[in-house]
Amino acid sequence: MKYALTCIVCPLGCVIEVEIKNGEIISVANYKCPRGKEWAIEEILSPVRPFMSVVRVIGGIFPVVSVKSTGPVPKENMKDLTKLLSNVVLQAPVPAGTVVLHNPMGLKVDIVTTRDA
Amino acid sequence: MIYDVVVIGGGPAGLAAAIKAHEEGGKVLILEQAEYLGGILQQCIHPGFGIHYLGEDLTGPEFASLFIEKVRSLNIPYILSAHVMKIEIMLPLAKKIQLIAPKGTKDIETKAIVYTAGAREKHGFEIGITGDRVSGIYTAGEAQSLMDLYGVMPGKRVLIVGSGDVGLIMARRLSLEGARVVGVVELMPYPGGLARNLVILRDFNIPLYLSHRVLEVHGRGRVERVKMARVNSKGKTIPGTERWIECDTLLISAGLVPDVRVLESLGIRIDPSTGGPVVNEFLETTAPGVFVAGNSLVINDLVDYAVEQGERAGMQAVRYAKNGGLPSMNWIPVEKGGNVRCVIPHYINGENEVILYLRARKPVKDATLVTGKKMHKIPVVTPAEMLRVKIKKEDITRPFKVEVSP
Repeated sequence: MKYALTCIVCPLGCVIEVEIKNGEIISVANYKCPRGKEWAIEEILSPVRPFMSVVRVIGGIFPVVSVKSTGPVPKENMKDLTKLLSNVVLQAPVPAGTVVLHNPMGLKVDIVTTRDA
Repeated sequence: MIYDVVVIGGGPAGLAAAIKAHEEGGKVLILEQAEYLGGILQQCIHPGFGIHYLGEDLTGPEFASLFIEKVRSLNIPYILSAHVMKIEIMLPLAKKIQLIAPKGTKDIETKAIVYTAGAREKHGFEIGITGDRVSGIYTAGEAQSLMDLYGVMPGKRVLIVGSGDVGLIMARRLSLEGARVVGVVELMPYPGGLARNLVILRDFNIPLYLSHRVLEVHGRGRVERVKMARVNSKGKTIPGTERWIECDTLLISAGLVPDVRVLESLGIRIDPSTGGPVVNEFLETTAPGVFVAGNSLVINDLVDYAVEQGERAGMQAVRYAKNGGLPSMNWIPVEKGGNVRCVIPHYINGENEVILYLRARKPVKDATLVTGKKMHKIPVVTPAEMLRVKIKKEDITRPFKVEVSP
């Protein structure tokens, strides 16, 4: 299976070609730097993304408060994590930086608030 | 009380301007139309803010809070829910701002003004979308504010018009929160957003319709379906390519326009290519002592640039107030050469280092940016990414022309 990925490491936007067979990388081509190569491999084998959402808050400045993960999370877990957060209800005041969930789904990140509520 | 500088708009550019003006010894007041400081940053809950300015990757609210905390710790006064009705220039150092705020109407006197009121979003009717006037039609920013400030889902099956960053970011937010984004429609033959945001389309299997436009909305009470069609290289609809897409929500992400109504009423000259005012390198408009920064000046991709402009405008506004005006100069016009859609500032004086912000018309690979006699090699230039370049005093020529060539 061959993939063509537009690299997002820098504005150059190399279209990196990655070939995999049985879940293993066979070849990586068309990259211009080692960071691009590394990114393309990770993007195929275990893609991760920064994560952000909102959580309900009672008595706050707004009805919801924005949250983020303290590190990137696997792409495939983003929807479930969002669903998990839809069940969380906080009580104001909640200062920015408050941990809402600790190590949810064993993802080794925390979910923290990003504004005061 | 006569202020040195009144800042109109408490978003990133305005907060940066106010902090700078205060630090330079000015007596400053911030006026903000919303009930909170921080502007659109508060609803931009994704990361990507401050990478250049701070060397740190923050979410919008986190970036905003750095500036809000600073404003509070410096005791810079601000008025929230403050609507500016009118600005009057009585004399070069006497300006009057007419205000409606919760405590009533008020006239505020100031020597200089920094205008940082941001931009407004283009609506569907501005891009030729006709049809039924039903609920379920939002601009991308409205949807963002609904979801990320107020926790309300705008719809379940969403078609997005425009592949700029706001549209793509909303495609991700809607998909994550359980809506189905049935497509992103882009008039141009290439996508509008930054590469890191285009990944969103692949992540959520969202089809991108390049060289397409939305023509018509159909529904009873609520959006039910939307007609789109292919366009030719001139942007004209190709007959026979029309088709209907089922959806309950249409999100318009058709770009931003600097909000300059108050400035226009002052007779300030507007540049049609930016939609913002004509400015000199101090970011001063054609009305002496009225400075502009952020998205009111030019639509920026990065908050970092808005802050940089705010700091510049704030500093120069204090200088104006303290010295009774900025010295007259032999201004050199910044001329737009090939493949330059817009450039800020419009006039430079050749006495200082300046920062140019510009946008190309068309994408170019292995481009050369020519500024005066200086050449800058840039691997990839796209209209989606604003170019920022510092020009040294000794590299400023008369005349001074800027051009992006292959």
